[in-house]
Amino acid sequence: MTRPTLPAKGRYSALRLLREGLRGQTGWGQVWRSPEPRKRYDAVIIGGGGHGLSAAYHLAKDHGITNVAVIEKAWLGGGNTGRNTTIIRSNYFNKASQDLYDGALKLYEGLSRELNYNIMFSQRGSIELAHSAAEMEGLRRVVNAMQVNGIESSLLSRDEVLAMVPLLNASPDCRWPVVGGMIQRRAGVARHDAVAWGYARGADSLGVDILQNCEVTGFVIAGGRVTAVQTSQGEIAADVFGMAVAGQSPALARLAGFQLPLLCMTLQAMVSEPIKPCLDQVVASTPNGAYVSQSDKGELVIGGGLDYAPSFARRGGLPKTREVLAALVEMFPAFSTLKLLRQWGGTVDTSPDNSPILGPSPVANLMLNCGWGTGGFKAIPMGGKLLAHLVATGRHHPLSVPFDLGRFETGRLIDEGHAGVAHD
Amino acid sequence: MIKARPGPMICPFCGPRDAGEFRFGGDPGVARPEAGASAADWAGYLYFRENPSGTAREYWVHAQGCGGWLIAERDTVTHVTRQTRKATP
Repeated sequence: MTRPTLPAKGRYSALRLLREGLRGQTGWGQVWRSPEPRKRYDAVIIGGGGHGLSAAYHLAKDHGITNVAVIEKAWLGGGNTGRNTTIIRSNYFNKASQDLYDGALKLYEGLSRELNYNIMFSQRGSIELAHSAAEMEGLRRVVNAMQVNGIESSLLSRDEVLAMVPLLNASPDCRWPVVGGMIQRRAGVARHDAVAWGYARGADSLGVDILQNCEVTGFVIAGGRVTAVQTSQGEIAADVFGMAVAGQSPALARLAGFQLPLLCMTLQAMVSEPIKPCLDQVVASTPNGAYVSQSDKGELVIGGGLDYAPSFARRGGLPKTREVLAALVEMFPAFSTLKLLRQWGGTVDTSPDNSPILGPSPVANLMLNCGWGTGGFKAIPMGGKLLAHLVATGRHHPLSVPFDLGRFETGRLIDEGHAGVAHD
Repeated sequence: MIKARPGPMICPFCGPRDAGEFRFGGDPGVARPEAGASAADWAGYLYFRENPSGTAREYWVHAQGCGGWLIAERDTVTHVTRQTRKATP
């Protein structure tokens, strides 16, 4: 089998940057095509977010299947890929989750080079805080579970945390006193749009058709097998389909005639006005749901907990905003003087065990990638790779076996509930 | 642009109260299977849900109020609650 590679023409390099600078930036050209849909493809991926674009890229790159379309109802990366807080880490408890998320982290470590596209992955470390002795025990349990499986992580004493994050409230009498913490030093943040665009550019250059503004309105099912999708740009047939549509998964599953064990809710995020560098790591507090990092522009990117009610509104409720910000300014009193620039929400598809669903759907020829809930961004490279494997071979990759839909019948759940209300 | 705003939710016991006092309590339309039902039936009862975008019937509990349970007819896209009534077994 021939393994296609990115064409040399159009590669980004320092030399090209210099040349375009001298030419007045006129030679960059389109980064990907906007083709007319063909009537038939070998494989169709529904959903042009990170996971869908990554799946299309890996179909072409790993499996040599290039007659592929990605169908996106709006614009690329406009859903949760463009709404998350860009944190990448793999501090999970179960072996299956660690293999999945640390596999993704390793792919992220090489992704800028792989895609010839700077995703600005900054491995600045992620600190989880403990506010009580009991929470410290909980962190010790996770750190041990990670170290057993060879993933670097360490516990931090109260003094170590305060030395690394001097802006934290050091008073022992405050609402959220710092008792200690844990750190994963390889964790960090990346530019979320660049991840989507990098995969789109990579997939397109390998021959994948990216069809934007193309909404799936129905499935053509014959003899229990999906043979085509009806879309706003006409009917598109394929041998096999993959879906990676996060919050739209229940609606899409309904069109195909089945239900999923998901509950869609709103996860909020917000950014402050930009300030000088003051926070070197990602700092998270699972007990109160607040977490924060500083973007390259200087804004504090603040994440929140879930609004615990079914919602497709993509906008968060004020009670949760208040709760998250109250906890944040208690932990970082200096941040109370900042203004918020923006607050937004995304629709996340949470599963009963806080683990994703990967595998065949109840309808033949349709493969699932959903249920990432609040933590899908960090898994994009691996989620796409595993969906591509399912689509290309019809079978599970060893890493995705535990995440099959069948686990809700067998009871072999992969409980990552401790991973927090906002496990990214 | 969504114009409708979520107002206070009306507790059938206490009247209109701040939405923050209520907690979501699940889907009232799910029937518990008989003993000896198949694993698929139990999985359906425990985990598989309709997840409508639009009008949904939901259990809510007035958690920071009287503690009473209610069934609300709520829009999951606009967050507007159209109707609430006492949840009776």
